[in-house]
Amino acid sequence: MSVPLEEVDRIAGLAKLQFSADEKSKFAAQFNQIIQYIEKLAELDLTQVEPMSQVGVGINVFRDDCVQPSLTVEQVLANAPARKLDFFSVPKVIG
Amino acid sequence: MGAFEPVIGLEVHIHLSTESKIFCGCSTRFGAPANTQVCPVCLGLPGSLPVLNRRAVTFAARLALATHSVIRPVSTFARKNYFYPDLPKGYQISQFEEPFCEKGYLDIKLKNGAKKRVRIHRIHLEEDAGKSMHAESYVSGDETLVDINRCGVPLLEIVSEPDLSSAEEAYAYLAQIRQIVRYLDICDGNMEEGSLRCDANISVRPVGSTALGIKTEVKNMNSFQNVQDAIDFEIRRQLRLTEQGQAVEQITLLWDAHRGVAEPMRSKEYSHDYRYFPEPDLPPIQISEAWIAEIAREMPEMADEKTRRYVEEYQLPLYDAQVLTEDREIAVYFEETIRTAKDKKLASNWIMGEVMRALKEKKGRLADLPVTPDRLGELLNLISQNVLNQTTAKKVFDRMLKTGIAAGQIMKEQGLEQISDQSELESLVQAVLAERPKEVAAFHQGNTKVFGFLVGEVMKASSGKANPKITQEALRRLLQARQPD
Ligand SMILES: [Zn+2]
Repeated sequence: MSVPLEEVDRIAGLAKLQFSADEKSKFAAQFNQIIQYIEKLAELDLTQVEPMSQVGVGINVFRDDCVQPSLTVEQVLANAPARKLDFFSVPKVIG
Repeated sequence: MGAFEPVIGLEVHIHLSTESKIFCGCSTRFGAPANTQVCPVCLGLPGSLPVLNRRAVTFAARLALATHSVIRPVSTFARKNYFYPDLPKGYQISQFEEPFCEKGYLDIKLKNGAKKRVRIHRIHLEEDAGKSMHAESYVSGDETLVDINRCGVPLLEIVSEPDLSSAEEAYAYLAQIRQIVRYLDICDGNMEEGSLRCDANISVRPVGSTALGIKTEVKNMNSFQNVQDAIDFEIRRQLRLTEQGQAVEQITLLWDAHRGVAEPMRSKEYSHDYRYFPEPDLPPIQISEAWIAEIAREMPEMADEKTRRYVEEYQLPLYDAQVLTEDREIAVYFEETIRTAKDKKLASNWIMGEVMRALKEKKGRLADLPVTPDRLGELLNLISQNVLNQTTAKKVFDRMLKTGIAAGQIMKEQGLEQISDQSELESLVQAVLAERPKEVAAFHQGNTKVFGFLVGEVMKASSGKANPKITQEALRRLLQARQPD
């Protein structure tokens, strides 16, 4: 299987990212390398292996319904590229 | 061309009323100042790990039982990937291939009294996203402001099968869900605050056909009225297109309540490739039979069971029982009232009448009513004991609504106690008879109609405080005593 350039475009679109033509062909090559690597798994006989959704060992790891202190607004917004009042400010999304 | 019928399925989201969020300890309180209920988990900061709130699972199990759904012994979380500023992680933690429960149903009650079974496809746990502000006065033209407080508030998504065939049925189904989640005490059911939300999938097909037509999705319906109006609007639009021989396009529409129209969303605003994959940070939920049994034991009494009990145990008419159990808050208020009030039917009458009227006028919540159930019970007992009659009791109730003071105290302050004293009433009656010789003579000539008039005169003379029963007895006796030989 090989990843066409249009697939890179589609994935970039879903991630709301824009790339130059050079970057796109570079990513297409990298995507292909990753997929070839994963495809090695297809060579294994997995008929005896149960599908799993998780590599962790636990089940039912819960916390009690107790309120813990949150961050301060200043901490929350410390890494915000832009801020207005106590909100994150981002480029207009709709309209 | 033959007739067409609408086919509707609803996706309902409910906010679970846990204290803390689904995967972290931040508060879920509605209306807090922006970005004050946010932690590294909410922000998806590197190194943060979600841990599931046990109560959210318990709440999901309650709804599963109430909707006759099959709980999966093991269910898992998945990441639903999309990019939007109110979703800092770039994915929503949801359930996809292995939802919490499936294959349930609800029996909804229609206006004509008929029942209809609506199948529930699945119910799954997920987290809410934050809130984007576009139109508020403090947002400038080129920006969107984001509040992360709502990120991680626990949700249950309830997906129905496309079993609904009118806006009225959709309304009844949603009302039924609201009643159930309020009874289960897992959600306040407030659509205006967004703790109950609803999207509709709508298509039309030839009557008799079982195939589904192309469906559209209608979003942004923020009240029960909106849901009914928006679905009606979209059904009419699709029927019109179909009758004109045009195809219905598969689109998402946003309901505009002010203009009363559903407008297509621009295609850029939604993309339907969520690339779900298993959430590696959360282990599966395993629900044992023992756990289900424990939750089943703790299930509250539901509306139908209460209705039956009110009829059997309290001998209330079915109508009363149904009205009182419609809303859990009212039912609880009634049950608390009759802990004090001795006459259960009197309590039912007053709650269906005066209390509901007061709630409607104040547009408030029952919990905020100044007349607490035990205070109402005291008032009703004063009626039962003939200390107050209905008219004066209503005056006292109005005063209680304004002040929250106990009935006994208001009664004394305003001198509203019913006059039941024999001699006091007799002298009132004598005075009226002395003033009304014409009516007295008419009575003695066989005109019994004036009796009611004379009772009224005595009541007037007592400013409405005379005990009606004792007054009538005294009047009858004293009229007889004046009978000419
Ligand atoms: Zn948090």
